Amino acid sequence: MTAPTAAPTEAARDFSDHKGIWVYVQHRAGVAAPVAWQLLGVGRTMAQQVGVPVAAVVLGSNVKHLCDEAIANGADTVYYIDDPVLNDYRTQPYAYGMASLIRKYKPEVVLYGSTIHGRDVAGAVATMVKTGLAADATQLEIEEEGHLLHASRPDFGGKLMSTILCKRHRPQMATCRPGVFPTPDPDPARKGEVISESLGLTEDDVLTRVLEFIPETRHVDLSNAEIIVSGGRGLGGPKSFDILYDLAEAVSGVVGASRAAVMAGWIPYQHQIGQTGQTVRPRIYIACGISGAIQHLVGMQESDIIIAINSDPEAPILKMADYGIVGDMFQIVPALTRRLKERLAATGGPVGDAPTVVFVDEAEGEQEEQAG
Amino acid sequence: MHAVVSIKQVPDTAEVRIDPRTNTMIRSGVPSIVNPEDVHAIEEAVRLKEQFGGKVTIVTMGPSQAVAAIREAISLGADEGVLCGDRGFAGSDTLATSYVVWKALERLNREEPVDIMLCGRQALDGDTGQVPPGVATRMGWPQLTSVLKIEEIDFVKRFVVVQRMVEGGTERVRAQLPAVLTCTRDLNAPRYSTFPNMVRAARYQPQAWDKVALGIADDDPNIGLRGSPTIVSKVWAPAPRQRTNQQRIDGSDPERAAEELLNVLLEHGVGKRPSTSTAVGVSR
Ligand SMILES: Cc1cc2nc3c(=O)[nH]c(=O)nc-3n(C[C@H](O)[C@H](O)[C@H](O)COP(=O)(O)OP(=O)(O)OC[C@H]3O[C@@H](n4cnc5c(N)ncnc54)[C@H](O)[C@@H]3O)c2cc1C
Ligand SMILES: Nc1ncnc2c1ncn2[C@@H]1O[C@H](COP(=O)(O)O)[C@@H](O)[C@H]1O
Repeated sequence: MTAPTAAPTEAARDFSDHKGIWVYVQHRAGVAAPVAWQLLGVGRTMAQQVGVPVAAVVLGSNVKHLCDEAIANGADTVYYIDDPVLNDYRTQPYAYGMASLIRKYKPEVVLYGSTIHGRDVAGAVATMVKTGLAADATQLEIEEEGHLLHASRPDFGGKLMSTILCKRHRPQMATCRPGVFPTPDPDPARKGEVISESLGLTEDDVLTRVLEFIPETRHVDLSNAEIIVSGGRGLGGPKSFDILYDLAEAVSGVVGASRAAVMAGWIPYQHQIGQTGQTVRPRIYIACGISGAIQHLVGMQESDIIIAINSDPEAPILKMADYGIVGDMFQIVPALTRRLKERLAATGGPVGDAPTVVFVDEAEGEQEEQAG
Repeated sequence: MHAVVSIKQVPDTAEVRIDPRTNTMIRSGVPSIVNPEDVHAIEEAVRLKEQFGGKVTIVTMGPSQAVAAIREAISLGADEGVLCGDRGFAGSDTLATSYVVWKALERLNREEPVDIMLCGRQALDGDTGQVPPGVATRMGWPQLTSVLKIEEIDFVKRFVVVQRMVEGGTERVRAQLPAVLTCTRDLNAPRYSTFPNMVRAARYQPQAWDKVALGIADDDPNIGLRGSPTIVSKVWAPAPRQRTNQQRIDGSDPERAAEELLNVLLEHGVGKRPSTSTAVGVSR
């Protein structure tokens, strides 16, 4: 994961007073977003490479347990601000707290998830501390010399990668895609230090109030799915997605979609996988009636096993699939579901389980490859 | 009511082609459009004007061609437009862009107090969503990103209640005005231009504001390349992950193909309950 040293273009500044890699712990009501731990994982790998500590930043009200979780997930230090003003996430007090911690403790790198929440806070913090913010990184590398962060992401519709550097300012900040970096195995026995700070704002200083949170009725948790059954324009209409839901149910999976299917209004946007949708890395990805445009591939190419069913033998998805089936999904998928149900009924498998079951895979062997 | 809409002209990325030798974007012949989410911002501002009366001012930082973006906004019902352009702005990243847009907003606000600023959620070309938080933070105004709906807005009592998209659901938030909102496609369905607006747009000359007009000194460290902490160091083509043992299954006999696929799935553990339990601290 170490990057080659870039050619020196400017007189190097002395940043020796900035130390450590920080991860912002996004949470709602004390439940951390998975991306926080994913970033602690990659942050720790980089920190070990260059011999600096990795820290988590937890802001909230009565969320001490998140400090413990952060330590279990790899943080050496947790900077913690506990204040009733931080009960709901709001840009202003969160960005203020984050910026004060950054000014006081001077990290060299700060990572956020490129979620709605992460982008919301990071954009404000970057402006407050006047530093660079790379957006939506999918690869992170750090130079041993000077600890320059290389934050790369797909660009130009996913055809190319761009690498962003922040040479003259510290900290170097980036928002990073959820689901790209593997979640570390937490170790509850790990020890770490919690440093508490106060916020220094009162409720009267804050210009917004959260009135209500309305959870999505049907939560589509693609990023944690073990198996994804995905459909595209080849399905021809919304009704055909029932065929995929049947298979997904039989394998305890979740249904995904290409943008073409989403744009056609056959399935809601939350199901979209790809450059402008979600990035997923399930154990098994089954693509039905999806051609495999680059913008789709960037969102699922890290899946362990890719199965593609497509009637066109020239479809690009077949070229990258582990198992490519040239044929008609309208015939093959129902036949597969039927057989699967028969087989699993015979062996007492999890047929008909709620599709939200999440299995934690121990085999995270792709870490190296992932992070480049 | 005075609404300012910040828009960006972007290449229509559906059409972007890459020069495989130089790894650069082939810009010639690529049509430019108003960033799609900014069109929703314009629509929302025009609706507010229709409801409350007042004025919609467009601001954009860009090259002289960006006048086309302002004209499109005028054709959609905006009243005035400001094009911020200066050689010194070249090479701006999101931080430097937000500085210039903020300077423009400050001047507009001085001339005619601004009640609300509407932006797009993200620009198609950069996909960062960082400019609006930059402007809001510099201005000291609340920011409401990813707005799905304006539920209530009161320019007398000076507050707005919006629904915004957040992870796992929707949030209802109340903010003091003036505020900066970023708009999603869910907010509204943009109208078509009317003929009179098109005629007006075709002739419209926006105000051109350079450094001097924005009160930015020559040696201001916040603009252009100097004011941009980030640089794109390289653009490269990623090596595709190599998959070994790729297999083709003939699907001309669906039942046989299904049987083969079933075996593939069983081989890869489908139907077996994994022994591992959910790891400690992994939250969903
Ligand atoms: C800026 C930008 C961002 C984008 N972001 C995304 C993104 O996030 N996600 C995304 O998916 N796309 C994205 N796209 C769109 C992408 O370029 C493709 O247009 C889209 O992925 C195509 O979807 P599709 O494969 O379902 O449709 P198509 O390309 O039309 O493919 C349909 C496939 O179905 C097959 N088929 C038809 N009938 C059958 C049958 N009976 N059995 C089996 N196969 C059948 C056909 O052979 C064909 O291969 C983006 C594009 C742009 C410009
Ligand atoms: N050059 C610019 N001039 C004016 N507004 C901009 C500019 N760049 C970005 N914006 C605004 O900020 C939004 C988000 O863009 P970005 O932060 O670049 O993803 C856009 O939808 C615009 O509303």
